[in-house]
Amino acid sequence: MRTQGLGFARGRRYNSPRTPRGLAPGGHLLFSPCCLEDVLVLSRFRRATVATEDQEKLDQSLEKTRRGVLGRIGALFQGNEIEDDLWEGLEEALIMGDVGVETSLKLVEATRTRVRTQGVKRVSDAYQILKEEMVRILRGDAPPFDLDNRHRLLNIGLIVGVNGSGKTTSIGKLAHYYRRQGRRVTIAAGDTFRAAAIDQLKIWGQRAGVSVIAHAPGADPGAVVYDAIRASQESRDADILLIDTAGRLHTNFNLMKEMEKIRNVAQRQVHKAPHEVLLVLDATTGQNAITQAQKFGASVSVSGVILTKLDSTAKGGVVLAIADQLGVPVRFVGTGEKITDLAEFDPWVFVDALLDANA
Amino acid sequence: MFESLSDKLQSVFDTLGRRGRLTEADVDKALREVRLALLEADVNFKVVKEFVARVRERAIGADVLRSLTPAQQVIKIVNEELIATLGESARLDLSGPPPNVIMLVGLQGSGKTTMAAKLANRLRSSGQRPLLVAADTYRPAAVTQLEVLGRQIDIPVHSEGVTPPPPEIVGRGLRRAREEARTIVILDTAGRLTIDPQMMAELVAIKALAKPREILLVADAMTGQEAVRVAQDFHQQVGLTGLVLTKIDGDARGGAAISMRAVTGVPIKFLGTSEKIDGIEVFHPDRLSSRILGMGDMLTMIEKAEAVMDQEETARMEKKLRAASFDLDDFLKQTRQIKKMGSISSLLEMIPGIGQAAKSLDPVAVDKQMRRLEAIISSMTMQERRSPNLLNGSRKRRVAAGSGTSVQEVNALLSQFRQMQRTMKQLQSGRRGGGGLGKLFGL
Ligand SMILES: Nc1nc2c(ncn2[C@@H]2O[C@H](COP(=O)(O)OP(=O)(O)OP(=O)(O)O)[C@@H](O)[C@H]2O)c(=O)[nH]1
Ligand SMILES: [Mg+2]
Repeated sequence: MRTQGLGFARGRRYNSPRTPRGLAPGGHLLFSPCCLEDVLVLSRFRRATVATEDQEKLDQSLEKTRRGVLGRIGALFQGNEIEDDLWEGLEEALIMGDVGVETSLKLVEATRTRVRTQGVKRVSDAYQILKEEMVRILRGDAPPFDLDNRHRLLNIGLIVGVNGSGKTTSIGKLAHYYRRQGRRVTIAAGDTFRAAAIDQLKIWGQRAGVSVIAHAPGADPGAVVYDAIRASQESRDADILLIDTAGRLHTNFNLMKEMEKIRNVAQRQVHKAPHEVLLVLDATTGQNAITQAQKFGASVSVSGVILTKLDSTAKGGVVLAIADQLGVPVRFVGTGEKITDLAEFDPWVFVDALLDANA
Repeated sequence: MFESLSDKLQSVFDTLGRRGRLTEADVDKALREVRLALLEADVNFKVVKEFVARVRERAIGADVLRSLTPAQQVIKIVNEELIATLGESARLDLSGPPPNVIMLVGLQGSGKTTMAAKLANRLRSSGQRPLLVAADTYRPAAVTQLEVLGRQIDIPVHSEGVTPPPPEIVGRGLRRAREEARTIVILDTAGRLTIDPQMMAELVAIKALAKPREILLVADAMTGQEAVRVAQDFHQQVGLTGLVLTKIDGDARGGAAISMRAVTGVPIKFLGTSEKIDGIEVFHPDRLSSRILGMGDMLTMIEKAEAVMDQEETARMEKKLRAASFDLDDFLKQTRQIKKMGSISSLLEMIPGIGQAAKSLDPVAVDKQMRRLEAIISSMTMQERRSPNLLNGSRKRRVAAGSGTSVQEVNALLSQFRQMQRTMKQLQSGRRGGGGLGKLFGL
C-alpha cells in the first residue's frame, strides 16, 4: 500500500526553506546544493511550457519504476525508529538498483553521519537526508548544459555510446524536442557501419521534420561530419547539429580512435565544438556503465549522459556512481520509443522515483 | 580496472597467514571479497547471497590441499561453484521435423538482429538451409537491417515491410520455408519490455503459431541487476529454451549470465563476440567463470593458439606446466609463438593479469612491449631463464643493459611472470580432473 504520511509526498519539498540561487543563461540550472526547490519549480515550469506531455510521460514511466525494488527503500523508512537493519536494507536496495557497492556505501555512510550529527530521530527525516545526498551527487558541479546557445551560429552535439544503447532514437527525440522550441536542427549520419543505420536515422529525421546529411554506407564518418557542418553553415539552415555515431565498445581501440577523429573534425571546423558530447546509456546497464563513461570520457571528453529506457523496470542507478566518481551529469532521460518520450533530467524526480514507497 | 579477485583473496590470506584448515573467520573474511567481486560483476544481489551461502558451507572446515594456499583453495571452491551454477553449455535442439524454428526474443538493443544473422550463417556452415524472418516491424529500419545482413551472407530473408502484423508475417514466412525446403527458420522479433502486455501477447501469439523448437533470450552482457527480472519475466511469459549473451567483447564481467541462469535454469547457448558475422561462440562455463572472477579468458586463447601450434611442443609444455616447472625460457618460446598468431592485443586480453584492458591498448605499443619482453629474456643466460630467482641486483643490471631496458622493466617482467605462474596454478587446481587446463600455456 502506498503511504503518504512521510511528508515527502510530491509538492511537500517546495515548502522547505532553501536559499535561491539562480539560473544560467538559457534557463539552465546552475547546480548548487541549496537551490533545490527553486530548481525544481523552475525546471518543472520550463518543462511545462515546453513539453507537458514529456513530463507526464516521465511521471508515468517513473511511476512504474516506483513499484520496483528501490521502491522498497521508501518502505524501509516507514518505521518510526532508526534501527541498524535500516542501513543494511538501504544498502541492499541501492545495490539492487545498480547504484554499485562503492557509491551505495558512500550514500549510506553520508546519510548515517548526518543523521548522527544532526541528532535526527525520525525515520522520515532520515529519508529526506538520503534523498538530499543522492540529489547532491547527481547535481555535482558540472557546467551548465551547452547545446542550445542562441548566440552561437552552430551548436554541435556529438552522440556516442555502446551498441544498442539508444543513440539514434535519442537523436530523433532531441531533434523533435529542439524543433518544438523553434530551433533549426540538422542531423549528421555518422554511423556508416551498421546495416541500415542510415535508413533508420532518416526515418527519425522525417518524423522530426529535420534534414539528415548522409553519405553512402561504409563512407568515412569524418567526411560525413565535415559535410554536415559545411552544409549547416552555408545554408544557415541549422543552429543545432546532432551527430549520430556507430555504436562501439570502449574496448575496441580502432573504433575509439575513429570516434576521436570525428570529434576532431568538428573541433577544427567550429570553435569549441562539439559543445556537448553526450554518452547514451541504457538504464538496464550495470556497473560496466562506469567503465563506459570513463573510457568514452577519456577519448572524447563526455560532458553529459542521456539515460534511455527508463520506461523499463531498471532503475538506472548507475548514473549515481557515474556522477559520483566521474562528475558526469545526466542531461536527458528516454522513457519510451515514441518521439516525445524524452525529458530533461530532473534529479529530484529521478531520486523520488527510486525511493518512493510504492512497493 | 578491477583488481582481480585472486589478488584480493591473496592479500586477505596474507594477513591471516597460512593454515592447514579454513576456519570460519578466514572464510567469512574471504567471502566478503567474493561477494564484492560478484556484485561488481553485476551478479544479482539475491543470487550473490545464495551463492555465497553455498560457498561458505563448502569452504568452512575444508582441508587446504597441500599444494594450495588458503586463497587458492577458496578460489577453487568459488570457481567450481560458479561453473556449476553457470551449467553446461548446451547445443541447439534441432531435432524436430524441418523446418525447425528458432525464435529470438529480448529487450530493445540487446542484439537480436545481428545474432539472427550470425546464427543463420553458422547453421548454414553446418549444412542447414536457413530462412530469416523479419518480424520486427516497430523499430525504424529493422527490416532493412535484416535484409542487408541477409544479402551480405547470402541467406534469404522473408520480409513484408512494416504494415502486416508480425504473427502474420511469421505465418507466411513459415509457409515459404516449407515451400523452399528450408530446414531452419530464424525469427527476428522486435525488442520489447516485459512490462508491455500488448507486446508480450504478440510474442505468445507468434509462439503459438510457429511452435519454435528454440526460444532464445538475447541479453546484453552489460546488463545489471535487472537481468533477473527480465529473464524471469520472459521465461514465465513465453518459456525460454536458452540464453544468448551478446557484446561479450566488451569488458563487462557478465555476471548477468549467472543471474539469468540461476533464476531460469535455462542453459546459456551462445556468446556474441564481435560485430562481425562470425562473432559467435559456443558458451563455455569455465571461461565465463574465470571472466566473472577476473581471471582472464585463457582457454579461448588456447583454442586459437592450438590452431597454429606445434602439437609436440604443446604436449611438452603441458607436462612442464603440470610439473610447475614452466620457466622464462618457455615463456620466451611462447611469446614467439604468440607472435606467429597475429593480432597480439586480441590475444593479450585473454591472459590473466593483463585482462580485458588489453584490447583498448594501442596495438603498436603492445608490439613494442612484446619486443622489449623478448629482448629482456634473450639477454638472460639459460640458467637465469630456468630459475629467475638467480637474478640478483647485479645480474638484473646486466640484463637491463644487454636488452637496452631498465632494471625496473626487468623487475616488472619478473613480477608479471610470477603472477602468471600463480594464476596458472590456481586455475589448474580450480578444476576437477584437470581436463585440458594443463594446456593453459601450451601455446
Ligand atoms: N523502451 C525503450 N526503448 C528504447 C528507448 N530508447 C531507444 N530504445 C530502443 O532501443 C533499441 C536501440 O535503439 P537505437 O536508437 O537503435 O540504438 P543505437 O544506440 O543507435 O544502436 P546502434 O546504432 O545499433 O549502436 C531500439 O529498439 C529503440 O527503439 C527508450 O527510452 N525506451
Ligand atoms: Mg544507431
